[in-house]
Amino acid sequence: MSATTDRSARKNWTVELRKRAVAALPPEKLLPDGQPAYLSSWIYVFGVLSLASLVVLIGSGSILALKGPTWWHVTGIGHFFNSMHLWSVELFFFFMVIHLWGKYWMAAWRGGRKRTWITGAVTFLVAIPCALTGYVSQQNFDSQWISTQAKDAMNATGIGAFFNLLDFGQMYSYHIYLLPVAVVALVVGHVLLVRKHGIVPPFILDEHQPILAAAATDGAAAAPPAEAEAERPAAAEATDVPDGQPQPATEAETPPTGEPEPTG
Amino acid sequence: MSRAERKREDEQYRTWKGPYRPYDLIREASIAVGVVLAIVVVLTILFSSPDDAPTTIQSWSKAAPVDFVSVANAELDGSSATAGYGPPYNTNGQPQQILGIKPANWFGVTYPIDTAQDYVILPLMTMTSVPGLQNAVKTYTSASSSQQGKWTTAYDSALAKAKANSDGTVTVPGNTASFGPVATMMSALLADAQSGGLDGNLLTTKQFYQTDYTKILMFLQDDNGDNAAANGGNLPDSANPGYFFNRAQSENLLGDQWGMMNETGSWPGQVWLWLYTFWYQIKPFSTSANADILVMAVMGVLSLAFVLIPFIPVINRIPRWIPIYKLIWREHYRQA
Repeated sequence: MSATTDRSARKNWTVELRKRAVAALPPEKLLPDGQPAYLSSWIYVFGVLSLASLVVLIGSGSILALKGPTWWHVTGIGHFFNSMHLWSVELFFFFMVIHLWGKYWMAAWRGGRKRTWITGAVTFLVAIPCALTGYVSQQNFDSQWISTQAKDAMNATGIGAFFNLLDFGQMYSYHIYLLPVAVVALVVGHVLLVRKHGIVPPFILDEHQPILAAAATDGAAAAPPAEAEAERPAAAEATDVPDGQPQPATEAETPPTGEPEPTG
Repeated sequence: MSRAERKREDEQYRTWKGPYRPYDLIREASIAVGVVLAIVVVLTILFSSPDDAPTTIQSWSKAAPVDFVSVANAELDGSSATAGYGPPYNTNGQPQQILGIKPANWFGVTYPIDTAQDYVILPLMTMTSVPGLQNAVKTYTSASSSQQGKWTTAYDSALAKAKANSDGTVTVPGNTASFGPVATMMSALLADAQSGGLDGNLLTTKQFYQTDYTKILMFLQDDNGDNAAANGGNLPDSANPGYFFNRAQSENLLGDQWGMMNETGSWPGQVWLWLYTFWYQIKPFSTSANADILVMAVMGVLSLAFVLIPFIPVINRIPRWIPIYKLIWREHYRQA
């Protein structure tokens, strides 16, 4: 219930933020129950698999953090969770790399989605030092060797002055707090951008380009893509869209900011 | 296609106006978490994870006492890698540079290490119960630097014929008078290292709690097998030179073994670092004294390009020219 009048709402930061948030991401867009029909490739699975790996990664890492950095060296159950942490990070990067390659070959930045690509790419780059700080926090021979080898690159660039790979305490802080927070924040931003702008539609085939050009020449620059036109009868005939699902927009009903789509 | 046409086409991709089908986001995400969790548990049960015990000063000095003494002597006379490293540990060496720029100098010495003091003299000064040791330390510290150099050089040369005894001590042949107090100091330091005392000493700081392993790890990494050579001598194989280095080599962790992306044993390591590691394998990086900063500069440029792919001409059009998208959306095009 709102205690704010229309007049005072204009000065209320909370109300303003809520209005903007709901306008950018209405609930049916944030948590969609429909997806564009073109999402029918296995490549779309790797985005959500990356997220799932991150969940397992954070879960296993949280258990390790709860018990402290020594625990996994001296107990079987601790070693088990450490192994889970290792394999989930391997999967996280594996899925993320395939996801990125898939998005590259889809040119997923098209149609105002450049920020979506940028946040995804930066997430990958920030995940690298996040993993590195984990490797040097293991407190075993591997961490000894990696830290002494990697320090030279850090020192040469000056980063080593405040990012000391040989300081376990500092690296542990980076690994269990600072960098994971950055990764999670970037992932949340990335997913929200995906939700806002939707998954990039397929390329318009070359044979349809002249149609577009002609339409533009006729002063119809805002005409829908030829392939969307081609899809439209199918949309009209679609019987598997239940009530309450986002319906395919007609030309006159084109939504201003796109339709709900999956995480992809 | 002209720029205007491309822009017009791009606008067409802003909003999907075609058909939709039912979808359950939460269900898909839940299934994905379940599947990944199952895969992770299976991989964990099948392959576990490595955990090789760290090398300690104690384990090193016991396994390779002559090698340890050789490195300790290099720390004392300032010929070790750490002693001549430069920022952020000291001002004795020149940091790496690119186009004449030395970023390490911007922040100066942030983790000061005086190898002679920190690794040898200060630990020895805590061993007040060893007969004659404090006098030896006093003799060394009060001597001129040229005299100190003569002692350490003579001692290092003699180490080429040194032998490790069964009780862990080292016998260094030659004119012992030419070693000055160094032989006494090194014998005491070796005994301290083998007892585990030096491990603790190098970790101890002014406060009770500590987590900074910089000093002890820098001491260990100086055991690269080059210390004796740097002083004009070479340790025999029996001295097990480069104990820490050899252990890494046996695990395929060295730089020329693509080490940074490897893990001990046969486990996958940081394979995502392959491109960083790749540059170290080829010239000019593999032979450059500024390899680290050059590789970081290249990777910095490539990383920026990766983030900005949508804005880079040609690169951002390749997906259009190589029609992998037809495979991805084959179902869509077939129906269209």
